[in-house]
Amino acid sequence: MTRLLLTVAALCLLAANALAAGSYTVSVTQIVEHPALDAMRQGVADRLRDRGAEVVFNVHIAQGNMGTNIQIVNQIKGEKPDLVLAIATPGAQAAAQKIQDIPILFTGVTDPVSAGLVKDLQNSGGGNVTGMSDFSPMDQHVALILEIAPSAKTIGVIYNAGEPNSVVLVDKLTEEAAKAGLVVQGATIANSSGVFQAVRSLVGRADVIYIPTDNTAVSALESAVKVCTQTRLPLIAADVDSVDRGAIAAVAVDYYKMGLQTGDMAYRILVEGVAPGDMPVEFLEDLNLHVNTKAAAAMGVTLPEATITRAAKVVE
Amino acid sequence: MTSYALLGAIEQGFAYGLMVVGVYLTFRVLDFPDLTVDGSLPLGASVSAVAITAGHPPVLAVLMASGAGFMAGAVTGVLNTKFRILHLLASILTMIALYSINLRIMGRPNMTLLGQDTVVDWFAAASGLMPHVSTPLLFGLVCVAALAVLVWFLHTELGLAFLATGDNKQMITSQGVNTDTIIIFGVGLSNALVAASGALVAQNQGAADVNMGVGTIIAGLASVIIGETVFGHKTITRALIAALLGSILYRVAIALALGMRLGDFAITPSDLNLITALLVVIALVMPQIKARTKRIMAGRVK
Repeated sequence: MTRLLLTVAALCLLAANALAAGSYTVSVTQIVEHPALDAMRQGVADRLRDRGAEVVFNVHIAQGNMGTNIQIVNQIKGEKPDLVLAIATPGAQAAAQKIQDIPILFTGVTDPVSAGLVKDLQNSGGGNVTGMSDFSPMDQHVALILEIAPSAKTIGVIYNAGEPNSVVLVDKLTEEAAKAGLVVQGATIANSSGVFQAVRSLVGRADVIYIPTDNTAVSALESAVKVCTQTRLPLIAADVDSVDRGAIAAVAVDYYKMGLQTGDMAYRILVEGVAPGDMPVEFLEDLNLHVNTKAAAAMGVTLPEATITRAAKVVE
Repeated sequence: MTSYALLGAIEQGFAYGLMVVGVYLTFRVLDFPDLTVDGSLPLGASVSAVAITAGHPPVLAVLMASGAGFMAGAVTGVLNTKFRILHLLASILTMIALYSINLRIMGRPNMTLLGQDTVVDWFAAASGLMPHVSTPLLFGLVCVAALAVLVWFLHTELGLAFLATGDNKQMITSQGVNTDTIIIFGVGLSNALVAASGALVAQNQGAADVNMGVGTIIAGLASVIIGETVFGHKTITRALIAALLGSILYRVAIALALGMRLGDFAITPSDLNLITALLVVIALVMPQIKARTKRIMAGRVK
């Protein structure tokens, strides 16, 4: 009897589950293939699957081409998905411009307000768009810089002035640094081959080098590591992968975790039927600290014990 | 392919149509390979975005964009004719300079037009059609009007001198025409069209972005070549129409590649560039294969 009851209960649960999480179509627009962006996509898919939503993904990648980027939106309109997942700013902007009748969920967008995607972070406009920002927590980055180089007065930053996100990040860095009494010296680059020279130009003018989540600068991180090792300048990064490649430390967004959290937002829209306009923009609170003790030694820095114990990963 | 994707491809084909016609004018008519376009397309987008944000009517914004494009092209023309810098290099110099200039114009790398009135919204409201129908229609009308003016112009005396400049510089110089002026004007005109195209593209996609010009010349050349192969280029009118239709075919081909689903292995989104390159190679090789088969057939008949 008990077994029968249990079976019935289990069946009911299963049925409830099937009712709650049916089968859905999600069309993805992504501007380029890039480990961080791919990790976010994977996170969304994993979370939706783990929560029992059966989702078919149509993935479109524009290969960095803006013309293709907007064609993808038209492709997606024809697919009539239940949700559009826009990874990174250009895809989200094109989707928001063209699609009004399907929920759009963005992720990996640094500044959704200045990108015009939402009116404000509370999403008070009430449209069909919401999502997650990957904005680097600059106050924490400045704190980390001071933790590693307590006597620093000037932060040298390398970035591409053509990357919208980088410009916003450097502005925010300047603001947060000023609060801590620090000055920011920028060196801009147009392509990754400029990194070497840009870091050299900062030698003598900066006490510590910071590389934000700038695709161009990060792609040539090794040349920054080389200059910093030669001149014993501490190098701090904004993404944890750069720590494996030779930066001293980074406290950063984990893009896969970000994908998981975006997946929760997708679940609310798809399964629970929440309107995107009722969902504020979310940020990832759960950050990871990675440190590289070997790089620290090479750049003449002794990492505080507390920093090492706090780290989620220590590269030796 | 869904109707949205097809209409979308036509829309993109027309949006970039003015750019392709511009590329045709320099590449085929003036015999001037012009890479300025990678910079003048975002220039047009930037100028129109700033103009619209400042409250100017979107149509005026497109005209202002083409004016800026004309100046950019004229700079390339001057560098080439007056300072004797190789055309390819002259255009690369203008292109990289435009990157900084575009950043200056916008004051930032990406300027949103979401929520602003654009030509696209204006026409959708005026025509009362659905946006996915009205937009290709609007861009198509713009292209047809531009082509009509261009065809008229190329049959004027100045236009004929323009056509002759690329064909036979010596002959036209001996007729007392200053080819330098023609080249400066021609490259300017071409880039005016490209910048107007950039303005339309930005207003259509909801943002001007400093990186949106990357690959413009490739798309332009591919469209010109596909158009020539498929539609022929016997007269200048036919060649211009072929360039415009080539732009549409190119975008339809990309739409097909985007929608391709061939089971589990199959083609992934990352193969898109490879497929695009293959399509252009096919377009380039087809006429040669046709000619060769013709020769072989003729040989057999003998």
